[in-house]
Amino acid sequence: MFKSWRFHGGLRLPGHKQLSAHLPVIEAGIPGKLVYPLQLRPGVHLQATVKPGDRVLRGQIIADAEHALATPIHAASSGTVRAIEPRLIPHPSGMADECIIIDTDGRDESLPAAKPIDFRHEQPAVIRKLIRQAGIVGLGGAAFPTAIKLNPGPRRQIDTLLLNGAECEPYITCDNCLMQADPAAVIAGAQILLHALQIEHCLIAVEDHMTQAFAALSEALDNHYDRRITILKVPAIYPTGGEKQLIKVVTGKETPSGGIPADVGIICQNVGTAAAVYYAIGKGVPLTERIITVTGQGVRKQQNMRVRLGTPINELIKQCGGYTNEVKRLIMGGPMMGFALPEDDIPVVKATNCILAASSAEVVGEKQARPCIRCGECAKACPVDLLPQQLYWYSRANDLDKCKDFSLFDCIECGCCEVVCPSHIPLVQYYRSAKSKILTKAKESEKAAIAKRRHEALLQRKAREKAEKAERSRRKKEALAKLKVADKAQEEAE
Amino acid sequence: MKFSTVISPHLQPVNSVTRVMSNVLIALVPGIAALTWFFGIGALINIGLAVTTALTAEAVILGLRNRPVIGTLKDLSAVVTAVLLAISLPVIAPWWITVTGSLFAIVIAKQLYGGLGYNPFNPAMAGYVLLLVSFPMQMTGWVAPIELSSVSLSVPDLFRLIFLERLPKSVQFDALTMATPLDSLKTQLGLNRTVSIIRNGEAFGLLSGKGWEWISLAYLVGGLWLIWRKVIDWQIPLGLLLGLSAFASIGFVIDSEHFAPPLFHLFAGATMLGAFFIATDPVTAATTVKGRIIYGLLIGALVYIIRVWGGYPDAMAFAVLLANLTAPTLDYVTRPRVFGHRT
Repeated sequence: MFKSWRFHGGLRLPGHKQLSAHLPVIEAGIPGKLVYPLQLRPGVHLQATVKPGDRVLRGQIIADAEHALATPIHAASSGTVRAIEPRLIPHPSGMADECIIIDTDGRDESLPAAKPIDFRHEQPAVIRKLIRQAGIVGLGGAAFPTAIKLNPGPRRQIDTLLLNGAECEPYITCDNCLMQADPAAVIAGAQILLHALQIEHCLIAVEDHMTQAFAALSEALDNHYDRRITILKVPAIYPTGGEKQLIKVVTGKETPSGGIPADVGIICQNVGTAAAVYYAIGKGVPLTERIITVTGQGVRKQQNMRVRLGTPINELIKQCGGYTNEVKRLIMGGPMMGFALPEDDIPVVKATNCILAASSAEVVGEKQARPCIRCGECAKACPVDLLPQQLYWYSRANDLDKCKDFSLFDCIECGCCEVVCPSHIPLVQYYRSAKSKILTKAKESEKAAIAKRRHEALLQRKAREKAEKAERSRRKKEALAKLKVADKAQEEAE
Repeated sequence: MKFSTVISPHLQPVNSVTRVMSNVLIALVPGIAALTWFFGIGALINIGLAVTTALTAEAVILGLRNRPVIGTLKDLSAVVTAVLLAISLPVIAPWWITVTGSLFAIVIAKQLYGGLGYNPFNPAMAGYVLLLVSFPMQMTGWVAPIELSSVSLSVPDLFRLIFLERLPKSVQFDALTMATPLDSLKTQLGLNRTVSIIRNGEAFGLLSGKGWEWISLAYLVGGLWLIWRKVIDWQIPLGLLLGLSAFASIGFVIDSEHFAPPLFHLFAGATMLGAFFIATDPVTAATTVKGRIIYGLLIGALVYIIRVWGGYPDAMAFAVLLANLTAPTLDYVTRPRVFGHRT
C-alpha cells in the first residue's frame, strides 16, 4: 500500500454510486437526430465543414477551426445535415448557439477506419497530431484538448503521467464502469501517452471503494507486463478527483497557484481519455462516443451507457425507461459541480460524464439563507484552504480588492463550503459573481488603458505635426529673408 | 420537458443553525441539572424569565426591523443567549436583574448591531457585565450550595423572593447567601491568609468549591460532547484551559501560599462554562484554526490576570469581551497558506 498525502478539508459525501455502478455498459441506440454545438468553450468556435443537405458518414469531420484550442468534431452516425442553426447548448447559462443538426438514416455507415499505426515508431509530434485529428479532449469534464496538454513546452520537465480514475463526485460511475469493462484500452492508452510524452512513469489512481475496477486494471496490466505503470487506490474524499488535489494526494506536490500540473512535472489525464487515445491511435477510430452515467431517482433505470456524442438527452432518458414522477431537476455532471439544464432537448457533448435526473429528495430546493454565524465550517471543508467566510463578506460588500487579497481566484467552486454551511448561504454563487466582476473590471481597465494610449499618441502626433509645421514656416521665412537680403544687395550693387 | 435551473452545488446542506444551537442547549443540560441540584430551582426560574424576555425582545425588534420573525426565532440563537446569561446569574437574583440583562443582551448587544452574525460582542456576556457593574449587590448574592445551606426556601418563598424581593420573616438575607469560592479566596487572600488555610474552609472541596466543582464537571462533560458531535472545535476550549493553566502554574510554582493551584482555577467559577459554551460563540470569536488557539489562550490568560489582580473575583465575561475585540485582527494575521501558494 502506498502512502497517500492529504489535502486540506474536503468531504466524505454519500456516494449514491450503487445506483449505476453495475455492468454491463448499455449500448445506447442511434438517435433520430444528432446535434453538435460549434462553440467548444468560450471564445473557441468551430466552422462547419459541411452544409445543409450534405450526406455524412460516421467518423467524418463535420466542423473544425484553426484556433489552438480547437479540436474537430466527427459525425457519430450516418445521415443528412438538416440545418446549421442556433439551438440550446449544454451551458450553465442555458444559452442557444450555432449547432449542426444531422438527421440520422439508421444505416450507421462509417468512413473506413484509418490505418492503425505502430505508435512506437512515431514521433511524439505525429502522435499529438493524430490525437487532435481524432477530436480527443479531456473526458473528465473540462474537455481541454489532449494534444495541447501533451505538449507542455521545452521549459517544463515532465516525469509522471497521472491517469485520473478518482471519480469523486457522488452518483457518477462512468469511469468506474469503463475501467471494469475496458481496462485493456486504458492500459494501452497509457502506453501511447507515455510514448507521446517520452517518459517512463505512469500512475493510475482509483478510489479505494472501486475494488472491481482496481482488479480489472491490475489484470490488464499483468497481461501487458509493463513496469512503468502503477495502479494506486486513493481515499474517497471529495474533491480528490480534482486534478491538483489528486496530484497532491498521490505525489505530495502542490501545483503552484495559477500554474498547471506540468509545472510540477506531471501530466494528468482522465482514464476515459486514455482509452479514447488508444482507439484513435491503435484502431484509427476518432472520438464519436463515450460512456455516460444516467442516474438519479428521477429516471426509471439507472445505468451507464455508451452514447453517441450529439445524442439529445431526452432520447437517452427514453432509453432508460423515462422519467419517474419524482423528477425535479436535470443536471449535467454531478450534484456538486454539475449545472442544471432548462430542458432535455439538449445534446450530450464530449465533456458530459453524467446525466443526473434528480428527485426533490436528492437536491436542495430554494435555499433560505440566514446570516453567517462565522462558525468556520466552510474553512474546515475548503480543499484549497481559503477562508470562505471572509470571501463571502468581501464578495457581498463588493470589495473586489479584498477578494483578490484573500485568493478568490484559487477557489475551484467545488461547493464543499456551501454544503456544510449551517446558514445555507449560496456561497459559490457569490464567488462566481465576484470573479466575473473582477474579470469584467480588468477588461474595462485594459480597454481604458488602450484608449488612453491611443489618445496620448494622437496628442503627440498633433504636437509633432504642429512643431514640424512651425519649423517649415520658420525655414520658409528664413529663406525668404535671405532672398530679400540677396535681392537688396543686388539692387544696391546695381 | 422543462426544468428549473439553479447554480451548483445541488446537494442538500448537511447542517443548520438550528441544529447547532439546539445541540448547544442539549449540551447545557447536565450543567443546568447540577446547578439546580446544588443551588435550587431558582436557576430554572432565571432560565424561564430570561428565555421569555429574550424571545419577546427579539420578536419585537425583528418586527420593527421588518425581518421575518418566526423563522428567525426558530434559529434558537436568542434562547442560547438567554440560557447562558441566566445560568451565570445568582439563583436568587431579583426578576428585574434577569429581565434587564436579557433585554440588554438581545436589544443592544445583538439586534442593534444587525442581529445574529453581526454582533461584535458576545451578547450574553455584554448583558452580564452590564448587570455586574450596575448592580454589584444583587449580582454577588449567591446562595450556599445544598450541602452547606442552613436555611432552605420553599418554592413559593423562592418565587416571592425573586419576584417581590421579600423573604419570610424567619430568614435573614445574610444567612441565605454565601460568598462563592473565588470570592472568598480573593477576600481572604486580601486578609493575608494563605491558600492552604483558606482551602481548609468549609466552602471548599476537592477541586474548587463544594457544589461548584460538580457543576464545572457537568459543563466539561457537555462541552466534550459538543466537540465529539463536531458542533464546536477543540481549539478555543483547549487554548483557554491551557492559557489559564499555564498562568496558574507559574503563580503556583512561584508561591503556592498566595496563588491557587491550576486545578482550582480550572474548576472554579465560570471556567468550564466559558471555555466550552461562551468563548466558543462563533459569531464573536476568531474563525481561523491558529486564530482560535490564540483567542483561547488570550481569554485564559485574561481570566487569570483579572481573577488574581483585578477587582472582581471571576473574570470570564470581561476576558471574553476583551478578546472579542481582537477577533478580526487575529483572523487577518492568522490566514492559512492557500493551496499552491508559498508561505
